[in-house]
Amino acid sequence: MKTDTIAAISTGMTNAGISIVRISGDEAFNIIDKIYSSPKGDKKLSEVPSHTVHYGYILDGDRTIDEVMVLVLRGPNTYTREDVIEIDCHGGVVVTKKILETVVKYGARVAEPGEFTKRAFVNGRIDLSQAEAVIDVINAKNEYALSSSLSQLKGNVLGKIKEIRDSIIHNVAFIEAALDDPEHIEIGNFSEELLMNVNSNLTVLDKLLESADNGRLLREGIKTVILGKPNAGKSSLMNVLLGEDRAIVTDIAGTTRDTLEETVSIHGITLNIVDTAGIRDTADVIEKIGVKKARENAMNADLIIYVVDGSRDFDENDYEIMELIKERKCVVLLNKSDLNMKITIEQLEELTHKTVIKISAKEGTGIEEFETCIKELFYEGKLNFNDEIYITNVRHKAAIAEAKESLLQVKNSILDGMSEDFFSIDLMSAYNTLGYIIGEMVDDDLVNTIFKEFCMGK
Amino acid sequence: MSYTYENYDVVVVGAGHAGCEAALASARMSLDTLMFTVSVDSIALMPCNPNVGGSSKGHLVREIDALGGEMGKNIDKTFIQSKMLNKSKGPAVHSLRAQADKQDYSRTMRNVIESTEHLTVKQAEVCEILVEDGKVKGVKTYSGAIYPCKAVVLATGTYLNARCIYGDVSNYTGPNGLSAANHLTDSLKSIGIEMQRFKTGTPARIDKRSIDFSKMEEQKGDEEIVPFSFTNTPEELERPQVSCWLTYTNETTHQIIRDNLDRSPLYSGNIEGTGPRYCPSIEDKVVRFADKDRHQVFIEPEGNYTNEMYIGGMSSSLPEDVQYKMYRSVPGLENAKIVRNAYAIEYDCIKPNQLKSTLEFKKIEGLFSGGQFNGSSGYEEAAAQGLIAGINAGLKVLGKTPIILDRSESYIGVLIDDLVTKENKEPYRMMTSRSEYRLLLRQDNADLRLSKIGHQVGLISDERYEGVVEKERLIQEEIARLEQTTIGASKEVQEMLESNGSTPLKTGTNLAELIRRPELSYESIASIDKDRKELARDVIQQVNINIKYEGYIKRQLKQVEQFKKLESKLIPEDIDYDDVHSLRLEAKQKLSLVKPHSVGQASRIAGVSPADLSVLLVYLSAHHVKK
Repeated sequence: MKTDTIAAISTGMTNAGISIVRISGDEAFNIIDKIYSSPKGDKKLSEVPSHTVHYGYILDGDRTIDEVMVLVLRGPNTYTREDVIEIDCHGGVVVTKKILETVVKYGARVAEPGEFTKRAFVNGRIDLSQAEAVIDVINAKNEYALSSSLSQLKGNVLGKIKEIRDSIIHNVAFIEAALDDPEHIEIGNFSEELLMNVNSNLTVLDKLLESADNGRLLREGIKTVILGKPNAGKSSLMNVLLGEDRAIVTDIAGTTRDTLEETVSIHGITLNIVDTAGIRDTADVIEKIGVKKARENAMNADLIIYVVDGSRDFDENDYEIMELIKERKCVVLLNKSDLNMKITIEQLEELTHKTVIKISAKEGTGIEEFETCIKELFYEGKLNFNDEIYITNVRHKAAIAEAKESLLQVKNSILDGMSEDFFSIDLMSAYNTLGYIIGEMVDDDLVNTIFKEFCMGK
Repeated sequence: MSYTYENYDVVVVGAGHAGCEAALASARMSLDTLMFTVSVDSIALMPCNPNVGGSSKGHLVREIDALGGEMGKNIDKTFIQSKMLNKSKGPAVHSLRAQADKQDYSRTMRNVIESTEHLTVKQAEVCEILVEDGKVKGVKTYSGAIYPCKAVVLATGTYLNARCIYGDVSNYTGPNGLSAANHLTDSLKSIGIEMQRFKTGTPARIDKRSIDFSKMEEQKGDEEIVPFSFTNTPEELERPQVSCWLTYTNETTHQIIRDNLDRSPLYSGNIEGTGPRYCPSIEDKVVRFADKDRHQVFIEPEGNYTNEMYIGGMSSSLPEDVQYKMYRSVPGLENAKIVRNAYAIEYDCIKPNQLKSTLEFKKIEGLFSGGQFNGSSGYEEAAAQGLIAGINAGLKVLGKTPIILDRSESYIGVLIDDLVTKENKEPYRMMTSRSEYRLLLRQDNADLRLSKIGHQVGLISDERYEGVVEKERLIQEEIARLEQTTIGASKEVQEMLESNGSTPLKTGTNLAELIRRPELSYESIASIDKDRKELARDVIQQVNINIKYEGYIKRQLKQVEQFKKLESKLIPEDIDYDDVHSLRLEAKQKLSLVKPHSVGQASRIAGVSPADLSVLLVYLSAHHVKK
């Protein structure tokens, strides 16, 4: 059972020097006691004086995660007026996330966007004039989280969760129909069938949890789209970026293809490149659809790379793309520097008002400059990276783990020989928890399924 | 010509299951109560199925009884068969159902009504609700008589603009040919109440002498009777029981129905009302579940002094000639003589989200409503709402705080919360799956859950309430004793375990641990429990359940704790959602429409997101600070 103690990463998710994981609530001290160890292993942070700093390690069981400084802040003299723990760790996206996950594993839940501030307000810490501002933050963040959460889920993850939910609701509907109308619907020996289904769902959830551990549950990267007219050199650029000497981040089997994406790491920054080239290189008739698709992708992208064929004059395609990249984060690559150039950097800069870099995808020149440009954009904060995704991932992982717990409970109930009505309680909580991941609100799903699938009544 | 007649505290419009409970509750709270009915002979009429209870509905009846209502007592007096459904399942879904002698049920209830102090019955059609400055002032009958009063409970059932239909025959009457109430709807609309049209149906009644029972399976009642009312003991209720009978439709039946679908008013569009999915007509079943080659048909007696048999499972609005063919295709009904045709009935009811959780109209102070008028279906659902509406109308007159039962303490709470919070597009029926905390809301512990409230409002006597308090004490005491009584692996213990097919002990344990084993129970370990004192059957039952299912119960209690947090955050009635700037438009509209009394209720409104709730919570705290 989750307590109402919340945790979050309160610094941005860039590779900064230090990141802070903050915990607030009744269980904050209990949790830190379970995961913190001083160098000598003799200190309990729940017993130290308030507002003190402690050096030590964060552990998950026997495994050391990071060397940290921990601030112990006892309520009510804290931001939220609750007991607060702040863990200053070594930065780095992976470690920070791991610490947050550990905190969640030992009893906290991931804070909703703006929740620390909300608590501060509700507990009377912030004055009235700030109320509206808090509300706006909550709203903006929530809308962003909602829209990003679903769009960031990989296609097959969404599919699997939906499948599990469908099978759960069908089974519960059967049990409930039979309980509601025992004289019409015979439940028979349903436990065995259900056990098989629960086991297979558990296997899938385990796999999802594993992929969450590998950070592969969500697309965690900068969504990047390469645009350019046919033969501008988009595919060549992809090939260069994906070349042997690059750190290619492969995906879990079978997932890359269905999203037509390649994941590339540049100076430790992950780019998810949507391969619009594949769409472009088809017959002329489909060209229109290709443009439409590219436009869609460009709308959702964090970063656009516009590849210009320097050996040919601008044509309609180019002007259309220039229209598309207005007001967007975009790097323009003037390709084919190995050929006779008909377009100059200055011309392009004038037309696009973007950074322009001269490259030859064929010979590999200018690529280094391009990579440095990406790095600078990112570290200067000009390339907004979606830190909500990391949080969402932790939250989703926690939800999957919770759903798994519920299904294990069902399994135990079946093995204990309990009657069917006990199963539906935990089945429904698994159903609801998984619904939270895919952003579906619980409504009258169960009642509707019962009536749809089973003939009831007098 | 209108003229003013006597003053009353509370006027109840309707004398069905909701009306009876409402009127009795109000009168028993010593308030002068007047109950109107279109026919005094139809008090507590059961125009459809001849039974009370069943899955989740049985729970409602037990809760009505625990609160001091009448339905449980009345069915205990008049049942002719009693059965506990789902007995092989967990205690949360055990459901009591009794076949009623319909006439006896109605007559017995009438007798109770007529012998209750402060309660007057009047046969007349109420056609106007008098409202001044948003407050109810009285009612006016068709004859022009005005009855001033302080509160009104509307419990008009299926009578408002009722129309009964089969084939191309349609009569503007209420159930069983009783006269409909054709004037009240207009008055309700004129005071700003939004109406909708629902539909339901009932099967034919067939003469017992024309049925060949040898082709059917007999369905007997239970030998061991469980009373509905906590005031009765099984021994008091022993009596000869009658049987029901089971037969099935077949391909011929279905073919007859398919061949005549074009003559069904449901499919020809002659019926506009929305019908319930859980109680489909036989033509609905045949169309929607085309792959099923047969459907069950239950033949149930309507009473001890009538030949009429209710044909459960085959409600219909097909024309009379098709009904004959259809029923006669069922084994055992080949020579059936139909006493009353099956029919569908359409009626006006309200959109229940106009009500507060107290069942008072948000817009009109002192106007309450309950039953099918609120868009529900079923005698039990009606009675439950009638009781709450009656109690709250009474409390209103007395100037006291109304009662609101929440989802964690009763099925009645779930029922009312669903009605007033959700969009109901069909007549609402109770189901155990609608209750999130059903392990706690069992039919066996309704008295422990609700007697306190029944006592507070004055419907449960001091004596009865003290009995419940004592029962609770004995339960806790016995559970504690069992948990503290340790036992070793003595020869006697091992023998007891072996004889019950349970694994022998390796180390010592306590008695509660033994009871937790699936194959053991409080009763089966009696031989090794030397200090046991004699306890009542219902106490033992609670001890057993609480120990055996402790893990599950504890988890549900935790959930309830979470639930209560949001439920206890109240929203002031005068809140203006347009003031809460950051709420999304949809949320604003939904919240303004439903006007939830707590943040918990707000969270159950379709279209209100978690983000909206956060916004609302912050706004409420700000509001609080301001004050």
